[in-house]
Amino acid sequence: MIENRPGLNLLAHLTLMLGVVVVALPVWVAFVASTHTATDFMSGTIPMWPGPHLLENYGRMLDSGVSTSGMPPVGTMMLNSLIMALLIACGKIAISITSAFAIVYFRFPLRRMAFWCIFITLMLPVEVRIVPTFQVVADLGMLNSYAGLSVPLIASATATFLFRQVFLTIPDELTEAARIDGAGPMKFFRDILLPLSRTNIAALFVILFIYGWNQYLWPLLITTSSDYYTIVAGIKRMADAVDGLPQWHLVMATAMLAMLPPVAVVIGMQRLFVKGLVETEK
Amino acid sequence: MASITLDKIGKIYSGGTRAVGDVSIDIADGEFIVLVGPSGCGKSTLLRMVAGLESISEGTVRIGDRVVNDMEPADRDIAMVFQNYALYPHMSVRQNLAYGLKNRRTPKAEIDRRVAQAAEILQIGPYLDRKPRALSGGQRQRVAMGRAIVREPAAFLFDEPLSNLDAKLRVTMRLEIKDLQRRLRTTSIYVTHDQLEAMTLADRLVVLNGGRIEQIGTPLEVYRKPASTFVAGFIGSPAMNLISNRAVPHLPGTAHAGTIGIRPEDLTPAPDGPIDMEILAVEELGAQRLVHGQTGGERLTVTLPSGVELPRTLRLAWRPGSLHLFQAESGRRID
Repeated sequence: MIENRPGLNLLAHLTLMLGVVVVALPVWVAFVASTHTATDFMSGTIPMWPGPHLLENYGRMLDSGVSTSGMPPVGTMMLNSLIMALLIACGKIAISITSAFAIVYFRFPLRRMAFWCIFITLMLPVEVRIVPTFQVVADLGMLNSYAGLSVPLIASATATFLFRQVFLTIPDELTEAARIDGAGPMKFFRDILLPLSRTNIAALFVILFIYGWNQYLWPLLITTSSDYYTIVAGIKRMADAVDGLPQWHLVMATAMLAMLPPVAVVIGMQRLFVKGLVETEK
Repeated sequence: MASITLDKIGKIYSGGTRAVGDVSIDIADGEFIVLVGPSGCGKSTLLRMVAGLESISEGTVRIGDRVVNDMEPADRDIAMVFQNYALYPHMSVRQNLAYGLKNRRTPKAEIDRRVAQAAEILQIGPYLDRKPRALSGGQRQRVAMGRAIVREPAAFLFDEPLSNLDAKLRVTMRLEIKDLQRRLRTTSIYVTHDQLEAMTLADRLVVLNGGRIEQIGTPLEVYRKPASTFVAGFIGSPAMNLISNRAVPHLPGTAHAGTIGIRPEDLTPAPDGPIDMEILAVEELGAQRLVHGQTGGERLTVTLPSGVELPRTLRLAWRPGSLHLFQAESGRRID
């Protein structure tokens, strides 16, 4: 829409600002909360400006954690989350790019059925199949392990579908040129397909990393040892203090810390991310 | 370098449709063969069968003295130039040229030597470190040919390589391809739907229609003695006039022919000529003009020098010996 009326411009900007406020306010409140002491929140009025205890609160979380609620230090949980998110993101990409490769470039019996079987799993996210999945993981002895945290979440129809679409846009002539140039299937995959889907891999990585990082229900269910607590599930445990008041200032400090890695990933890969979603020319 | 022999080859798709049937061509070492025909005539399918990109349903293909029917494209010792260039977009020009050699485990020094040589032949030296994206259409086409040259294959296969270029560049590149093939003396098969391209490039033309060969011959043979009405109408621009015998009675020696062919340039105005043409439209081409008209319900085109005032009707005669006669049912030539 190309219109040049100041009134409309103003309205558009007001709407945008409202959007920003709606999104940013909770984050601001969390940040403010993380810079006060616990008692400030019991007084009845919530402070809206940062207090003086920022270093103290964050220092405590990073250093020792809240030992009273059986929490490991935030560092350990962050590391667990990082390992889980990376395993999920890389695993999903590796599995889905190879299955998309098989589906697009090879003629084998039941190829269509294989594709539709993968596609149908879209309707079965972890939350739906959580009880049987728990049973399987428990029987395999993978409770309280990184494999248990990540493997059940790795299969991905969405990513397979995305890579399939990417591969379909690569012209047939390119495949034929590679065949004439003597590149076998695996060489073609490594030398042509992987570099050509680089930006798509990056975009997917960003999305999947955040997906993995934000996993809540599954880690909560299968981790009983504090060595494998993840940060997102950890926050919940921390807020559930049994005898006593929740330590909101520390919970919020942890929440702020938990937001940092996804933000870093998004900012660091922003250019590739946008390119991967927008780029069409092959 | 090698000869290529196609022996009664045919292509039937899995649905049962026949794309190519009973095609036999002997291509000599170093010969430039052009497959020409309208779209859907099977010329690309034929080329792709030689390349190994399509399976061969019937007959045998030999390159040199090897039957290559069941060989992978990479093992057939051929190089192919595609219509849309098919350059690897993420590789520099140098890497594009070297990729095929690298896959064949050619020594590094040899790769460098051949790439440098190809770059010199095609004058793409300055672009060697650019990506294909940063090149113009003509330059990309050169790189695509470079990729074929560095392989030093037994045969080049060209699949409408000039179709994506603009008209002017097409003429330049046409000459370059011809010149290149003369210098390298590599057996080549070239597919095009453009009869002008076919005429100028070919040592021998293969005119295809509906998956079958209509005629094989040198460009002049095909032009002078088209074997069928299809070839007569397809080769030559403007196209040959094909008129029914009944439309122009009393032409001597045409009694047994069904269709009479006369090239537009073989018709001249003559006050007592046997053909009476009513003029319908005139196309000015600069040096000459194309006059379209009709006689006895048949369309006719004549090439005339421009600048002369035209009457409403023209009486025409033809150059002696320039009539082409074809059978009524089969459309084959009568000699």
